[in-house]
Parts: sequence; structure tokens; C-alpha cells
Amino acid sequence: MLSIKNLTANIEDREILKGINLEIKAGEVHAIMGPNGSGKSTLASVLAGRDHYDVTGGSVEFNGKDLLDLKPEERAGEGLFLAFQYPVEIPGLSTINFMKTSLNEVRKYRGQDPLDAVQFLKLMKEKMALVNIDKTLLSRSLNEGFSGGEKKRNEVFQMAMLEPKLAILDETDSGLDIDAIRIVANGVNSLRREDNAVLVVTHYQRLLDYIVPDFVHVLWNGKIVRSGTKELALELEERGYDFIKNETATV
Amino acid sequence: MENIDNIYEQLDKELSMNGADNLREIRRGALEKFRRTGIPTTRHEEWKYTRVSSLFNKQLNLPVSGADLPFTREDLDALRLPGQAEANELVFINGLYSAAFSVIRSSGIEIVPLAIAAENEYAPIVKAHLGHSSKYHEDGLHALNTAWLRDGAFVSVKKSAVPEHPLYIINIADARKQHQFLQPRCLIHLAARAVLQVIDNNITIGNVDCLTSQVVEAVVEEAAFLEYYKLQHDAPNSSIVSTTHIRHVGKSNSHVVTISLDGKLVRNNLNIVLDAEHCESHMYGLYMPKGDDHIDNHTLVDNVKPHCFSNELYKGVMSDRSTGVFNGKIFVRQQAQKTNAYQSNKNILLSPEASVNTKPQLEIFADDVKCSHGCTIGQLDEDGIFYLRSRGISEDMARSLLLHGFATDILEQIKPLALRNYMEELINHRLELKEYEY
Ligand SMILES: Nc1ncnc2c1ncn2[C@@H]1O[C@H](COP(=O)(O)OP(=O)(O)OP(=O)(O)O)[C@@H](O)[C@H]1O
Ligand SMILES: [Mg+2]
Repeated sequence: MLSIKNLTANIEDREILKGINLEIKAGEVHAIMGPNGSGKSTLASVLAGRDHYDVTGGSVEFNGKDLLDLKPEERAGEGLFLAFQYPVEIPGLSTINFMKTSLNEVRKYRGQDPLDAVQFLKLMKEKMALVNIDKTLLSRSLNEGFSGGEKKRNEVFQMAMLEPKLAILDETDSGLDIDAIRIVANGVNSLRREDNAVLVVTHYQRLLDYIVPDFVHVLWNGKIVRSGTKELALELEERGYDFIKNETATV
Repeated sequence: MENIDNIYEQLDKELSMNGADNLREIRRGALEKFRRTGIPTTRHEEWKYTRVSSLFNKQLNLPVSGADLPFTREDLDALRLPGQAEANELVFINGLYSAAFSVIRSSGIEIVPLAIAAENEYAPIVKAHLGHSSKYHEDGLHALNTAWLRDGAFVSVKKSAVPEHPLYIINIADARKQHQFLQPRCLIHLAARAVLQVIDNNITIGNVDCLTSQVVEAVVEEAAFLEYYKLQHDAPNSSIVSTTHIRHVGKSNSHVVTISLDGKLVRNNLNIVLDAEHCESHMYGLYMPKGDDHIDNHTLVDNVKPHCFSNELYKGVMSDRSTGVFNGKIFVRQQAQKTNAYQSNKNILLSPEASVNTKPQLEIFADDVKCSHGCTIGQLDEDGIFYLRSRGISEDMARSLLLHGFATDILEQIKPLALRNYMEELINHRLELKEYEY
């Protein structure tokens, strides 16, 4: 589904991603862990198409398409979704209206008819229940004045509405209490199908208790320095990143 | 056709002729002021960023009272705003009050030609309030409106009257053949406990350059409430300098929304005079110049008496090579203790050639007051654009949605629903947002 080969990217002439290789197949869950500043969000943003990163080399194929050649909105149309680490506040645009536009634009891209108001509301109700978010929140300006947890749940709500093929969750668990983590994880799990995949960026093993990964990767200083199964996450939790740093330093 | 120089001579002659009426004195005084001060230049502090003098380089056509009306009722009906056909209509044609086209449909409200009001039972009100705004405007353009004053209108809203429909003030300019210079004038009186919604709109018909110099004065008595909506969505050949002067003389409230979407040169003076204790006024503005448009909003809140509250929010979106100006003066006189006055001005520049000049001006002579002001100038939030794009929304649409969101809290201040929906449509059209509701 997603094939990243030797991807390098700069921001303002500073190299942040230094040759990333990653293969994600349909049905899989991958987790990326790594210390602050190692480039996890940069990778997620580059995949979503943020243009202030310069991709300097490598390739990314997404379901047979050259992902790097697509605009961010086209990537969404192709089924890529990024749950932001820091969701942006948009004054004066309600989540409901935003979602209606988003969903119908994505449907248009996919050659589907727009949903009418009734169909849209029905779908929305269903997905609201999934992430336990209430309508008053969705009638307010998008993310404006939302608590940290509300913002994250809103990201998962959007994901549920758009039913992406590949969802990238960038620290969607940060700042959530344990109940909220469970809600978010349930939301993600209920959307899992054989033909879609999830990439979870997290610092904590505890999310991975709920969203169980098939593979865990450690991103350090712009490179994936270690890949393994879910036991790797446990090991990191116990020993911290230092043991990997020490290992890679000696390589 | 006239030139600005011989307007003076013409008026001087007219006012020297025999006969006396109650407006003569105020017009005489204004004519002298016009002679002394002339059309303001950019050397004048209040006109630093807005050049009106060039509008007077051409020959001007001044309307003649009693001339044949250039339009039919059907012509005007086609130009009505939503809700207007059921409401009260005060129509000016080329700056002259047209009794033929004006209609009152609600009870408790009356329109009288200003010259008649100055002579009948309304004379004391006219005498007390007509021309009050001239104390706030030291320029000849404002004075000329008073000096020239003919076919003005007086609107009276009776004690405790709550007309079920708004009053639409419609200024129609015939710019099909000549360069018109229009000077509509209006005095509105809200007696105690009266409530009035005013919707003020300018319509220019034809393609010849046209200039309006409008003065509306309103007096708000005890427990009365004035809502004033000024809509500027006129032809690209029309320029307007307007003064809206609202004077609270009893404990009362006002709510003013000024929306400027089009016009070659727009200068709005909004004066709120809080001349009684415990008055409250809210002022909102949205200006969206484009092309080479120039839109200037000068607001003044004069806190004369203690315990008044005012709140002001103006937002601007400048595109292409256009300019915006915002000047917000808050004046707190020595005796106006316990004044609460807030002001905020936010601007978005959409192009490197667009510009805005914004200036808060606080002059506070009382010591126990709460005043705050703030202004921002920025660009559209790139993070916001990316966020929307990552959800499948095109870049253009993302920009439009952010701009719509920026304008929303001003549009929400338009209380008459028909008007608000209409303005929404205009803004969506401008932003090329049509498919979904926002
Ligand atoms: N807009 C930017 N301008 C300059 N530097 C940036 C920008 N965005 C990211 N960086 C830098 O790129 C590096 C990687 O940042 P990134 O956000 O990808 O890290 P991360 O792994 O997501 O960290 P965290 O765990 O704290 O979220 C950091 O050194 C950061 O300072
Ligand atoms: Mg990050």
C-alpha cells in the first residue's frame, strides 16, 4: 500500500529526514517511536504533502501512485489521512460545515455523488457515537478553544468520517487520559479492515496495548534505526532510547 | 455642470436672496466653513490616507430640485433588497429625498421633508440636532453637505413605537450620462423607548464616475434602540464619503454594522456620541476592498457622560492592489468616569501590493476608565490552509473558507435575517464558495 524508499527531506536547508525506508501493506498496523525532534512529525507531514519541507530524494508510492507528485487534497482523495499532532484552530468554520465540505470534496475526487443533508447527518451521528464526541462541540468553530483531548478526538472523528485507506496518527494519544485513549483506540480499531492500514506515531507503549501493532520502528535522527515487532515497544518502554543510540553509535 | 469653485458662488447667491426659513442660518454658517476650509487634502490629519480632492477635478453635476425623475417605480422595484418590499422605504434620487418613491408601511414612523420639519412641530428637534455632527468634522466636504442642504429628510419614530419592519434608506444615483455629485441628508429621531432598524444602501446606475457625500444624523432618546446597517456594494465607478452620526441623549443603545464590499473610494465616518449616562453601543465593520479600491473607516466614540459602554470590532480583507484604512478614536471626557470602551481591528492582506493603515487613537481625560484596543495585520494562516487541504479541500477553497470564517463574526451581527442571508450570499459569491452552506 505504502512504499517509502530512501526518502530525504530538508527544512530550510537542514536535513531532517536522512533516508527513510518503510513498507506498509494493507491490513497492517505500524508504529513509529523515537525521541523528540527525531523527525516523526516531519515524516508524517511530508507524506501528507506539507510544502514547506523540501523533498530532496527518494520516492513514495501509495497504492501504485507517485504520492509525492500529488497535492495534499489529492492525497486525501486517494485515501491518505493524517491526524495532526497539533490540530489547527479555524475560527468561524464549524466542524460540521468543514466536515461536510471535506467529505463531499473527497467523494467528488472519487467520482461519488455528494451526500445530501440527511445522509450526511446520519453518517455523522454514527461516527460521533464511535468517538463519543457531542454535537455542541461539532457546531463550534473547528478546534477553537477545544481542550487537548477534544482536539484529538475530533481528529479521530474526522478520520472515521473519511474512512481512509491509510491513517497516520501523529501522537493522537498525547495529552489524553486513559479513558480517552481507550475511546480513540476503539475508534481506530473499529475502522480497521483488510484493505486499510494504520501508521501510529507515539511515545507510549500504552496506546499500543489497545492498537496492537504488527511492526514497530524506531526513528532516530532522521532514520529508521531499528524495526521489530510489538516487543520492541516494550523494550523501549523499559530501557529508553539510549540503548538504541548506543547500539547505532557503534554500527 | 459646475465646478467646485462656482458651487460656492451659486450657494452664496441663493442664501442671500430674500426670504427666511429655519434652515437658512445653519446653511449660511456651513457655507462660510466650506469657504474657509475647502475640500480636504491629504495634509489634513483626518484625511492623510484618503485622497478625495482628485474626485473634484472633474466637472460636477448637481441635481436640481423638482426635476423630472429619471427612473420609474418599476426600475426601482427591480433593485430592492430582500425584505425591502414589505418594509419602510426612504428613497433619495441623486441625493434628493423622493416623496414619490418613499413609502411608510409600519405604524409609529413618519418621514417629513427636512425643510418642512424645520418649520412645523418638529422644529425644536431639528433645531437641537441638525448639524450636530459638524462639530466633529472640520473639513469643507462635510460643511458643503449642510450648506447645500435641500430635499433632505426627517424621520421620526414616535414614543414607544416599535415598527415591525426596518427602514431602508436607498440612495440612488443616476450616473448614466453625467458625473454626479450627490449630497443626501437625513435626520432620524427616535423618541423615548422607540426601536428602529435602518438599512442604508447605495445604488449607482450607469457607468459614469459618481460621488456621494452623505450625512445621516440620528438622535436616540431615553430607552430607545437604534440598529444601523450600512451596506456598500455599489458599482466600481462610485465613490462615497459618508458620515453616520449617532447621538445618544438618554440612556439608550445602538448597534451599528458597516459592510463595505465594493466602491472605488469609500470613506465612512461613524460617530457615536454618548451624551447620557449608561448608554451602550456596539460597532462592527467588515471591509473587503479589491482591485484598486480604497476603503477607509474612521470611527469615533465620544464619551461625554459617565458609565457608558462601547465595543468595536472591525475586520478587513485587502486583495490585489487595494488599500484599507481604519482609524478608531475613543475620546473620554473628563467627567466621563467609569467608561468602558473596547476596540479591535483585524486585517488580512491577500497580496503583496495590498496595504492597510490602522491606527487606534485614545484620548482619555478621565481617570477611572477601562479602555482597550488592539490591531493585527497578517496573512492567511498557512497551517490552517494545509489542515483543510489535508482533508481533501482544494487550496482555493481552503483560502475562501478561512476568509469566510474570518468574516463570520461580523456577518452574525446583522440581525434582520433576510439581510444577513443576502450578505452571506454576496460574500460567498465574492469568495467563490457556492456548493455547500457555511
Ligand atoms: N517548521 C520548522 N522550522 C524549522 N525546523 C523545524 C520545523 N519543523 C520541524 N523542525 C525541526 O525538525 C526536527 C524534527 O522535528 P519533528 O517535529 O519532525 O520531530 P518529532 O520527531 O515529531 O518530535 P516530537 O516527538 O517532539 O513530536 C526538529 O529538530 C525540529 O526542530
Ligand atoms: Mg512530532
